[in-house]
Amino acid sequence: MMEPHADPEIYDAFAGALLSPEADLPAGLSSWTGKEPQRRFGVYRNNVAHSLVSALESRFPVARRIVGEAFFAGLAQAFIRVSPPRSPLLMVYGDTLADFVADFPPAAGVPYLADVLRLEAARGHAYHAADLPVLDPAVLAALPPDALAGVRLVPHPALRLVASTHPVHTVWAMNREGETPQPIADWQGEAVAIARPGLVVETHCLAPGVGVFLGALASGEPLALAAGAAAASDARFDLQAAFGLMLAGGFFAGLAGEGGSTTPAP
Amino acid sequence: MRHQTLNIAALPARAGVSFKPEHFEAIAAAPQPVGFFEVHAENYMGAGGVPHAQLARLRADYALSIHGVGLSIGGRQPLDRDHLERVRVVCARYEPESFSEHLAWSSHETTFYNDLLPLPYTDETLTRVVEHIDLVQSVLKRRMLLENPATYLDFAESTHAETDFLSEIVARTGCGLLLDVNNVHVACTNRNADPAAYLAAFPLAHVGEIHLGGHAVDVDEAGAPLLIDAHDRAVADPVWALYAAVIERAGAVPTLIEWDNDVPSWPVLAAEAEAAEAVLAAARRGRQAA
Repeated sequence: MMEPHADPEIYDAFAGALLSPEADLPAGLSSWTGKEPQRRFGVYRNNVAHSLVSALESRFPVARRIVGEAFFAGLAQAFIRVSPPRSPLLMVYGDTLADFVADFPPAAGVPYLADVLRLEAARGHAYHAADLPVLDPAVLAALPPDALAGVRLVPHPALRLVASTHPVHTVWAMNREGETPQPIADWQGEAVAIARPGLVVETHCLAPGVGVFLGALASGEPLALAAGAAAASDARFDLQAAFGLMLAGGFFAGLAGEGGSTTPAP
Repeated sequence: MRHQTLNIAALPARAGVSFKPEHFEAIAAAPQPVGFFEVHAENYMGAGGVPHAQLARLRADYALSIHGVGLSIGGRQPLDRDHLERVRVVCARYEPESFSEHLAWSSHETTFYNDLLPLPYTDETLTRVVEHIDLVQSVLKRRMLLENPATYLDFAESTHAETDFLSEIVARTGCGLLLDVNNVHVACTNRNADPAAYLAAFPLAHVGEIHLGGHAVDVDEAGAPLLIDAHDRAVADPVWALYAAVIERAGAVPTLIEWDNDVPSWPVLAAEAEAAEAVLAAARRGRQAA
């Protein structure tokens, strides 16, 4: 049976005109004054644009500080027109803003902006991640020494890794509210680990090779293989320091498998 | 699916406040003279972290209202079942005394607009809103409250007055109503209508909560007043007057102060709640004396 639809056009027309400032006023709207309710419809248009730009501003405060309020608002409006939210879950809206920026010509002069956006998006996910105790170092200490190499770890739900060819952590840290940006003399890529062992999101700038080590562990590689990959990626990799940071930072939640995780690597 | 299995727990008939995270420390420092807190459901749809830690703490000490802003009950398309499930999970986690949503839409086709958009009041939109509320109430297993909107314009095709539309929804679904008195003032001013007449036609017996908030003042191209439901300032005097008249008729009703933008310090917000509490207390004394 056909559902009766006397009013499909009004929703389509109303919705279609919301994100397009140049679109005509939808037909069928009226005001008691008898005038075309252009400014009245404009309230809805403005609410939509303002609320979505605000949602992005609150997720990406450091990126906004780097490019300035006006540039960020323009960037956000351009993004919203191409990628409006698909769900009411605005806490994850803007995950693709970094990819958008990478192809946004006006931002070409700020090549590290996309990675700052990735870092801030990752921090947002960590902020909302599930509450879970972190791996107790005693669990690892209790393993037989020959089992350690084959251990696989389960990432804590908050763990996020961001690798950049730019000094993304340095740029992010010095552009936070209250900080003063300084010239960066030695422009080197940086890898970042984001974790939330308690309620506070922590952002770690990683020493050489540690990003590779954590990435391998997070994807389920056993400890010895992860360490090997890290050492191969960078001769300066310090396994003991990386191991210490991994435990102190609460990057992992436990051992993979129910006690079956000590199988040696193939 | 009508109602005998629905949870109809109610908020205390006192003044409450919309919770803002920046007030958490002030609120947690000492018992506060507020009857309940209200939060937007969508802000608690993450898995964990600070939002849930704060809300769990508040929930332990106060009655709670969960207010949805994303179900798009007035939309043309079927409700987003994934989003309804998220609302169900938040309600199951906190067991609020009240769940409310809006007579408005916010999603169309694949886009979420993040605003409470208006709908024409016709037989067809009535049927759809009723279906949507039936589904919400059956999934949540609780009676919901539906809020009257702040509107800025009219639809030529509307055939029902808003108060008739709401009364019919209540009759068909068994839902309750959330009477936003600021929205009444805003929408009536924007339509050149008499708010007292609107309130006289409003089915007050079904109101489970009242909202009070601040609005911005603008004018349209005809020079006519255009009030905007901004929630960015104190409740205006004409809204307080309408509120007092409603409480005189209805008795004490749980009343929320909404202040979502340009959020003031906690003492300023708490003082607004105290002003509402004074109106409620006077109503309670009046009823006792009668």
